[in-house]
Amino acid sequence: MTGADCAIEPLGESALLLHFGNIIDRALNDRVHAAAAALRAVALPGVEDIAPAYASLLLRFDPRRWPDAPLLADAVREVLARKGSAGRAPEPAAAAVVELPVCYGGEHGPDLAEVAASTSLTQDEVIARHAAGDYRVAMLGFAPGFAYLLGLDAALAVPRLAAPRLRVPAGSIAIGGAQTGVYPSVLPGGWRLIGRTPLRLFDPARAPPARLAPGLRVRFRAIDAATFTALSEHDA
Amino acid sequence: MIEVLTPGLLSSLQDRGRPGLAHLGIGRAGAADLPALRLANALVGNPPDTCAVEITLTGPALRLHRDVEIALTGAPVAAEANGRPLPGWTPLRLRAGSVLRLGGMRHGCRSYLAVRGGIDVATVLGSRSQDLNAGLGPLDGRALRAGDRLPLGPPGDTTGAADHTAWSLDPRPWFDGAAARPLRLLAGTHTTLLDAASREALFAASFGVAAASNRVGCRLDGPRLALRAPLELISEGVIAGTVQLPPNGQPIVLFCEHPVSGGYPRIGQLAAVDLPRLAQRRPGDALRFAPIDAGEAARLLEAREQRLLRMETAIARRRTGS
Repeated sequence: MTGADCAIEPLGESALLLHFGNIIDRALNDRVHAAAAALRAVALPGVEDIAPAYASLLLRFDPRRWPDAPLLADAVREVLARKGSAGRAPEPAAAAVVELPVCYGGEHGPDLAEVAASTSLTQDEVIARHAAGDYRVAMLGFAPGFAYLLGLDAALAVPRLAAPRLRVPAGSIAIGGAQTGVYPSVLPGGWRLIGRTPLRLFDPARAPPARLAPGLRVRFRAIDAATFTALSEHDA
Repeated sequence: MIEVLTPGLLSSLQDRGRPGLAHLGIGRAGAADLPALRLANALVGNPPDTCAVEITLTGPALRLHRDVEIALTGAPVAAEANGRPLPGWTPLRLRAGSVLRLGGMRHGCRSYLAVRGGIDVATVLGSRSQDLNAGLGPLDGRALRAGDRLPLGPPGDTTGAADHTAWSLDPRPWFDGAAARPLRLLAGTHTTLLDAASREALFAASFGVAAASNRVGCRLDGPRLALRAPLELISEGVIAGTVQLPPNGQPIVLFCEHPVSGGYPRIGQLAAVDLPRLAQRRPGDALRFAPIDAGEAARLLEAREQRLLRMETAIARRRTGS
């Protein structure tokens, strides 16, 4: 392989999938974001979407501009190889940090007690461990603005609900398996709700519309219910 | 302004959608049959990506509150105004106060109603497309309903615009009502992981478009397909036309409102040139696949684009009488 060290697979005649591996792993995901940043910086003509996932990167392009997808794959490899030789892409530590205030437990985190029970921790310990995490937005998907975060304390992994909720409140902080995330709007969902942020994570009228973008670092800060109410950006 | 009297089965506002936001979890949405949208716009003298109404299986009744010029393309839909039947694929003038009633489609699934000046709702993230699955877009991304009042853009200078139209487009190159013709499928990442019987069935079997199909995906009835061995995948990017195989063995062809990522095996990728044909398959229609390679798929797509551009130019000349 080239310095890009990824396998490039065409997805039909209008997209390429760059595979960096096939596990959920922070270092692997860092490479995805570095590649995304390098490709965004060079802005190859006709490339319409650069969308990171855990271990892969989707490039959607105008097939009229690139009727021969392997040529685009070559151009991509060249960009990634150059990035590799010209020093590292932005270190993840340098990525911007978004701090989200979270009211854990109570009405805002109806599953906190269950999570504590199934992890053999106290509720306070679950909160402390969750709020201590240094998270990174691995990818967005499922719904506009829904961020999958890497960095959950392994002790907090809990199975998803057997029966998903039909309406999870916007801003809910949740754990599903070894992942954690924030519901950006009212959605169905099977993850366990441990808290809620008063901030609006997705607003199509704002630029950018999603507060959490791929590659950003995220910290949670525990707040009380009164502070939640004071800060709430959610519709009443 | 256009007033929605009855919405029909499922009517929504669509333009070419909002590409470029997949990294934020935002899909493209947009018209399911993009060539039909472009030609409807061309017929009324709009730019190709102007917002129009996408109609599904049964059309709406609409009261027109000003004189308008309209055109209908896509699946042939029964249409009448003031008791007079209206043809498709041609520009039509209707007076203020008219009620435009769109009925059923004998075949096909989606029609487009373009209005000169376009439907002038505010854009959301650069598009007037209603992403019904994500609830994103004008009117909070929900389908049209009775009582909606749709603003129209300025019609501009319509002098000389066909008052009269003795001409119409031949829909045949642009509307595929023959559900027997296979859709062309490129190999997917995991096609070779299908078991022997499934690999054979993928191109030999006749599938059916399941009732649960919508703008998110076309769900296929028919033989259940299986991989030789179970495959654990993590979520990866997908695009419209990606054929996924969920554990129940019934393939799903992702469509214009698909989630931006998916974790099911990808057993094929519909040739982009055939996405508009997929848009016209209705629940109960048969659906077969034929193999195609990437070079041929790209060539067919380019040829179709060239035909579309020529047609748009010819229509514009016709309209201005030049």
